[in-house]
Amino acid sequence: MIAVERRLTQPRWLTYVIPFVSVAVAFGIMAVVLLATGHDPGRTYRRLFDAAFHGSAAWTDTVTLATPLIFTGLAAAVAFRMQLFNIGAEGQLYIGAICAAGAAIWLGPDHALTLTILAMCVCGAAGAALWALIAGVLRAFARTNEIITTLMLNYVAGLLLTYMIFDSASPWRDVSTVQTRSFPQSVALKPSQFWPTVTVFGVSVSFGFLLAIGVAVALWVLFRVTRFGFEMNVIGDSQRAARYSGMRTRRKILAVMAISGAVAGLGGASQIGDFSHVLDASPQGLQGAAYGYTGIVVAALGRYNPFAVFLVGVLVGGLQNAGLFLQGADFPIGLVGVIQGIILFCVLGGELLVRYRVRLGRRPVAAVETS
Amino acid sequence: MVNDSLVVEILTQAVVYGTPILFAALGELLAERSGVLNLGVEGMMLVGAAMGFWGMQRAPGSDATALTLAVLTAAFAGLVMALVFAILVISLRANQIVSGLALTIFAGGLGLSSYLGNDLGLADVPAKHQFGDIDVFGLKDTPVVGPILFHQSALVYLSWALTVLIALYLSRTRLGLNVRAVGENPAAADAMGINVTLYRYAHVLAGGALAGIGGACYSLAITPGWTDGDSLVGGAGWIAIALVIFSFWRPELCLVGAYLFGGLAGGVPAAIQAHNPDIPAFFKTSEFLNSLPYLMTILVLVMVSTSFARRRIGAPAALGVPYVREER
Repeated sequence: MIAVERRLTQPRWLTYVIPFVSVAVAFGIMAVVLLATGHDPGRTYRRLFDAAFHGSAAWTDTVTLATPLIFTGLAAAVAFRMQLFNIGAEGQLYIGAICAAGAAIWLGPDHALTLTILAMCVCGAAGAALWALIAGVLRAFARTNEIITTLMLNYVAGLLLTYMIFDSASPWRDVSTVQTRSFPQSVALKPSQFWPTVTVFGVSVSFGFLLAIGVAVALWVLFRVTRFGFEMNVIGDSQRAARYSGMRTRRKILAVMAISGAVAGLGGASQIGDFSHVLDASPQGLQGAAYGYTGIVVAALGRYNPFAVFLVGVLVGGLQNAGLFLQGADFPIGLVGVIQGIILFCVLGGELLVRYRVRLGRRPVAAVETS
Repeated sequence: MVNDSLVVEILTQAVVYGTPILFAALGELLAERSGVLNLGVEGMMLVGAAMGFWGMQRAPGSDATALTLAVLTAAFAGLVMALVFAILVISLRANQIVSGLALTIFAGGLGLSSYLGNDLGLADVPAKHQFGDIDVFGLKDTPVVGPILFHQSALVYLSWALTVLIALYLSRTRLGLNVRAVGENPAAADAMGINVTLYRYAHVLAGGALAGIGGACYSLAITPGWTDGDSLVGGAGWIAIALVIFSFWRPELCLVGAYLFGGLAGGVPAAIQAHNPDIPAFFKTSEFLNSLPYLMTILVLVMVSTSFARRRIGAPAALGVPYVREER
């Protein structure tokens, strides 16, 4: 007989150990799946690790893929921390990319790079924040379920992106040559507008990655040091308690939604400035990468803590890098999503062990917390 | 002839495109009535679509047997997905919202459904069988109602039967009363001797099976075939979750709502393509037409939440709250 009872106290070490055990269990389950589908788990894991983290070339790609995931992970973490389930980082990232590309195209190549970067970041963040505020306003004033509105807006943002490049004569669309008129694509950034990279131990680190670290630090300060962050935590724990103590929950919902959107929008700006340099509306472009949805995985695995989100972002970026690298007949790309899902399931299930004690035996001692 | 008119065509397509949403919404409704919010509908539908198509390609025999087996395969696939979720949120008491999102990510277009579809070689394969339209009682040429109601696929008629059965089950049977008790006040239900855990498992699993069938509607009937990614289902699972909210958790209203969204998702675009009415070009672009169901979902949700949020008409009181016997 297995009995589960609530822990009176949650030992601090347990909250650190359990996630690692959960991830280990996930890889154990995955090994069984790999064996069942005729793969050698040891060799597969070895290849995954090498492709993601062995050598400076692998690290460069991992950092590249991790950058948008850190942004979207932080975006989800900010909102989820307050029990505000913004799953619209996907669409907010598209809008950020659209606005940042727009800023760069409008400015043209003749301005200082600092000004271009600043304009792209401000426009990307502001545009995405406004997009997120659609759902935020509806949530704050009409109590509309934000999960569904943010998700629906993701599809709308994706269609807007497609429309701008494929079905309209927007300023984003390149109509300068015969080729681009028949195969639509966006106006490309000029090389003088590309965001800089720094090389650290042979690994080329993009400006966006450094910006993501900056955002993580800023959010940590916000959560830890400020009254705003404290009130966010209270509202997340109990909306009623927050309202009775005079906190303005409605204002907080709007602010958190805007911050969350802005962070996702910076991710979009970094995609344009750092990596793609065009607004890619094709199915293989921004819309195929699902950075926003993977960001939710990253945020949940990092337990909405900015530094943990950063580390998990790098790990998941590595996993995706390895998935792309190994992609082929013996390693279908869908397997990466399956691994992420299993890790997430194990971590979510493992939380039980933090809050509860599992006893083997017929009669558990009746020491139960009354609430 | 009246049956070729724009309105009849829109309504016919509304029923066709509304059916997968209806299946998924009925399933979600069962789970939510027992107090469990499953946000993994989209993922379960995608897996159902892939496995339904696989089952149909592999099944022997005539159209009828192959398609029946395919629908059962899809239902089973959805059920297995729901089982993973149920273990997490019912037995392990994990957060239902995050677990549901995790299920969609795990099963979705970049996860299991993509893996299964590619591994089983389903992409770019022509469908061996597909659901055809049945001419019920020879009434298909009846003006107006003929094509809309009496010339649809077997899945449509199955969804009607299920709507009636679920409505009766919830409102007229002892078991249905128990389900509602579990969703409203699990502690009281437990005290009455109802096994809360069992009821929740059963209804979450049934919900998964229906979501699987909903996904199979796409791969077996509407657009026979399988494509990689999440475009096959394209957000219908999320629309189904919204639909449960604005049908006030009532099956018969789900039917009406599903056809409203079906009309926007399939009816209006098809009609505009066929008839090319005289409206500004922007309103005829596929991007605008495809965004209609999503925008409409937001609009209807806002209307419902402003006037009803405070009273929460129909929402099970214990929705989303794990039940722990020791902590009631």
